[in-house]
Amino acid sequence: MYNKIVMHHFSKPKNIGEINNADGVGKVGNPVCGDIMWLYIKVNKKNNTIKNIKFKTMGCAAAIATSSMVTELAKGKTIEYASKITKQDIVNELEGLPPQKIHCSILATEALIEAIYDYLTKNKLDVSKHIQKEHERIIKTPICK
Amino acid sequence: MKKVYLDYAATTPVDKKVLKAMLPFFSNTFGNASSLHSVGLKAKTTLEQARKIIAKSIGALPEEIIFTSGGTESNNLAIKGIAFANQKKGKHIIISSIEHDCVLNSCNWLKTQGFEITYLPVDKNGFIKIKELENAIRKDTILVSIIHGNNEIGTIQDIKKIGKTCKTRGVYFHTDACQSFTKTKLNVIQQNLDLVTINSHKIYGPKGVGCLFVKKGITITPLLHGGGHENGKRSGTENISGIVGFAKAVEISNEKDIIKMEKLRDYLIKKVLKIPNTKLNGDSKKRLCNNAHFSFSFIEGESLVLFLNQEGVMGSTGSACSSNTLKASHVISAIGVPPEISHGSLRLSLGKNTTKKEIDFTVNKIKKVVKKLRLMSPLGGESNV
Repeated sequence: MYNKIVMHHFSKPKNIGEINNADGVGKVGNPVCGDIMWLYIKVNKKNNTIKNIKFKTMGCAAAIATSSMVTELAKGKTIEYASKITKQDIVNELEGLPPQKIHCSILATEALIEAIYDYLTKNKLDVSKHIQKEHERIIKTPICK
Repeated sequence: MKKVYLDYAATTPVDKKVLKAMLPFFSNTFGNASSLHSVGLKAKTTLEQARKIIAKSIGALPEEIIFTSGGTESNNLAIKGIAFANQKKGKHIIISSIEHDCVLNSCNWLKTQGFEITYLPVDKNGFIKIKELENAIRKDTILVSIIHGNNEIGTIQDIKKIGKTCKTRGVYFHTDACQSFTKTKLNVIQQNLDLVTINSHKIYGPKGVGCLFVKKGITITPLLHGGGHENGKRSGTENISGIVGFAKAVEISNEKDIIKMEKLRDYLIKKVLKIPNTKLNGDSKKRLCNNAHFSFSFIEGESLVLFLNQEGVMGSTGSACSSNTLKASHVISAIGVPPEISHGSLRLSLGKNTTKKEIDFTVNKIKKVVKKLRLMSPLGGESNV
């Protein structure tokens, strides 16, 4: 069902865990849906890059693999770049997911957006139109609907 | 790496004795049971011998057995067959809310043909209430179909009482006994059964063969029309080798295996329930001798099954994420397990050759994997593992 890359990220997820003094935290999904992801970022404020990123996920193999992949894609990148990672980017990097599992990758991009939004607002930094729009959409629409 | 298969409710391997009994019927005694010559006659004799063995095992007459391609076909034939043959009397059917998909979806399809279906609720252990069945039966009710041993949570219904109720009210009673056959008592006379589905690949027989018991005098409309095989109820050249294997599987089943599996099942349940935040689904006593079904809080079932597989343990889950429809199992929902717990479900089903050593191995792997997943889960945390 899953390809080798997906199974690798599921079996040995990268960047798993928490960051105690995180600069931003994104919490998405809910227990009723069976998919929950919490994502933590530590930001290098000099050059606005994500210097550390960790996650915790409750979910299926696709949810765990996409969580792992989004942290790999965002690590070391600028906030601007990371906020534009799409579910398609994740699916491409994983070289495909079963059709009924594509939606799992939304959880990962949304957790990242929420963590970035949390960081920006906490530090009273400018929130771009794109991030603001995404944030509003995420809090309005529960993942499992 | 050591591998432990605990998914015998999905399917069983073909027993060596069964395979041996089947082999002559592929290339040597290959005849068509409808042919008049000696090879055909031999096939016919073999077919009828097998029919006798299977009929006897459930207290039925040979002519009350219709061979089919398996459980799904038998359930379709029972439900649609009764529906179409009795629609002058009425178009109302009663089933439980924990039926196998093939019963559920046969009924859902019948709704498109103008039939009305009542879905009886079950209690938290998976039992229907006789009182609710009595209240649901109407003048236009033609059939009640309730699963005997549930395929997910293992609950065994009191089919004798259900059968009696149906008999008193003049309504046909069908039970899907695919999981329970040879694992608990099944007798069509003593338990008041009108139609019964059983199959072969859950009892160490080959896949692709099963049968439907239809009590003498009950008319059903066939689904497959053709050369009039199986007394006109199911056309198609009989699968002699499969049927021979099915009968052999019935012959070699025995009570010792049931007792052995029951003991190991209870041992497994006791050990797994020591893991914190773990729940057993189904009834602790009236359950299939080989079924254990758990819910682990804070984790998801597909991940659990895949990690267990990497550790060498093969089980299954009814988790929403594991299904093509992404919907949680209707059985787990029907027994009222809240969704936040139901996602972490695991079914382990034992076989007649499962050993205590394998159970110990499995319990250790479950502990390891559940802990790993809970540490990965935002809801898990050190204190909950």
